[in-house]
Amino acid sequence: MHTLYNFVSGPLAWIAFLLFVGGSLYKLYTLFTLTYQKESFIFSIMSFKYGLRSIGHWLTPFGTENMKKNPVMTVVTFAFHLCLFITPIFLLAHIILWDESFNISWWSLPEQLADMLTLIVILGCVYFLYRRLTDPTVKYLTSLSDFGLLAIVAAPFVTGFLAYHHLFDYQLMMVLHVLSGEIMLVAIPFTRLSHMIYSAFTRAYIGSEFGGVRHAKDW
Amino acid sequence: MSEPEKAVQSIIDDNLERCLAGLTKERIKKVIDQVLKNESGARLKSYVETCVHCGLCSEACHVYLSKDKDPRFSPAGKVKRTIWEMIRKNGDVSPEFIKEASIIASTECNACKRCVMYCPFGIDVGYLMLTVRRICHLCGMTPMYIQDTAHSHAVTMNQMWVKDDEWIDTLQWQEEEAQAEMPDLRIPLDKEGSEIMYSVIGPEPKFQAYLLYNMAYIFNAVGADWTMPSTPGWDNSDMAMYTGDNEIMGRVKKEHFETAARLKVKRIVMGECGHAFRSVYDMGNRWLNWKMPPIPIVHAIDYYYELLKTGKLKIKEKFKKKVTLHDPCNVIRGGGLAEKARYVTRALCEDFVEMTPNREHNYCCNAGGGVINCGPPFKNKRVLSNRVKADQLKATGAEVLIAPCHNCHSGLEDINHHYECGMEIKFFSEIIYEIMEKPEAE
Repeated sequence: MHTLYNFVSGPLAWIAFLLFVGGSLYKLYTLFTLTYQKESFIFSIMSFKYGLRSIGHWLTPFGTENMKKNPVMTVVTFAFHLCLFITPIFLLAHIILWDESFNISWWSLPEQLADMLTLIVILGCVYFLYRRLTDPTVKYLTSLSDFGLLAIVAAPFVTGFLAYHHLFDYQLMMVLHVLSGEIMLVAIPFTRLSHMIYSAFTRAYIGSEFGGVRHAKDW
Repeated sequence: MSEPEKAVQSIIDDNLERCLAGLTKERIKKVIDQVLKNESGARLKSYVETCVHCGLCSEACHVYLSKDKDPRFSPAGKVKRTIWEMIRKNGDVSPEFIKEASIIASTECNACKRCVMYCPFGIDVGYLMLTVRRICHLCGMTPMYIQDTAHSHAVTMNQMWVKDDEWIDTLQWQEEEAQAEMPDLRIPLDKEGSEIMYSVIGPEPKFQAYLLYNMAYIFNAVGADWTMPSTPGWDNSDMAMYTGDNEIMGRVKKEHFETAARLKVKRIVMGECGHAFRSVYDMGNRWLNWKMPPIPIVHAIDYYYELLKTGKLKIKEKFKKKVTLHDPCNVIRGGGLAEKARYVTRALCEDFVEMTPNREHNYCCNAGGGVINCGPPFKNKRVLSNRVKADQLKATGAEVLIAPCHNCHSGLEDINHHYECGMEIKFFSEIIYEIMEKPEAE
């Protein structure tokens, strides 16, 4: 188990981060080169003012008509995404690892709060799962890959929670946690999780098209 | 099942059937590869890869809502039935599939872009549907009536097979009619150096000549320095844009702008139309590599606003009937004229009630985006796919519906009739003509 743990938290971690960073940069690179080759007019339309205006409205809870129409989904989505980012970055256990490996550290969440944020992410995943299984419109759009992605995102948080609380076999949970975290990182550039990378650009583009060309709001 | 609903089950479009008989899988694969891999770029890639299948776009779509929230008609649902499948099968889809894709893209989506405002990522399903239409067009699989319209654009540079002499005849006929009311009224043809070139859509000379009359009267009454072209290039409409025939779209727009350039006008004022605005302002000009139209284009609503604000157009007596205003997708979401349209409405009418939702969030009429242009075979389907519009209209309790766009006007007439909304539908120019101060006849 120790060998396995050393492997996943050593070489495999390097590979995962490399694939995550490299893959994300590659995604951005292809986005820009494709735009340049095929739709270069986009560069003349893109506008900081209108792009940021659109992003701003869509990053504000209830800042758009559709958010107002779907209050539960809005609350869950915002809470889920906020906690999804805050937890791994500001978790004490993670910061300790960064400190031990590279001598860098930063502020950490109080442990109980981190626990609650983790649960929020997990509950968020449960809500999304429920929605996919019961809402006919979402069900129609859903396939195995959608469930797979939910599992990939939930796994690090579930295993992390279990490991921290020493539930089941601690060492196994730790290995699974690190492994599932790495799987999620690698999945980001190569699956629909890439909306993390692309959504700012698609939003900024349409914000620019609606705001700058059409003189209309897009929220 | 009602009669119209039964009719929808068995729609036959001659061109689709004809194409189905001869289309091969090899050609389909070649076309899909060309469009998805060569012609398309970052937008297609990012839209397909970023959509997380959340379904939040669905409540934006009037078709989805009118069909009792049938998931197949949500914007993402329509993409699933077309592009997802094409990508999943790597272009290896059957002729029957392409026929179905053509029906979906051409008659179940108006490219109204309302869904863009509901998707958290701003994914443009309208653009995706237009891409599907392009694929179908390159396979020859376009509904008959709109294909014929695109042919008309190619042959005559206008939408309605209007011949060169018919165009001039129609203008001179309306000029003569109007002279009974205003003896020195002229429709100046090819007057170089005018401030304004006025352009219209094909259907106007063909069967809405009274609209030419109205505008000629208004221009003369306010003493505008205007002209109309006597040559092809007078038509600002663009159905080729909606069949995916970008090449013809480019030729038509080029003709239109070059005509205006030849007449050395300062700006082009266009009639109350939606898609023509989008064609000159957004798609056609960009296909020709102009960021903005080379000669400024002013929509009729914008022009009326100018005339009313500057006091050049005087109203004798405000319109008394209770009116409501339809916000055409391509003029409001497409051109930002929501507030000016309201200024004009309030300047003309005493009793104005808004429909809800409105402005950018208004429901599409379901006729635009080339849908009504697919003609009689699809009429019942079109009307049945917009029940929410009828509900929206009835809720206003208005007598008169202002619809400043030709396709909206026609589509709303069909809805008005089928769902018995009991409204009179008018263009702004009709109301203006009715209530404006008319110069004394000599």
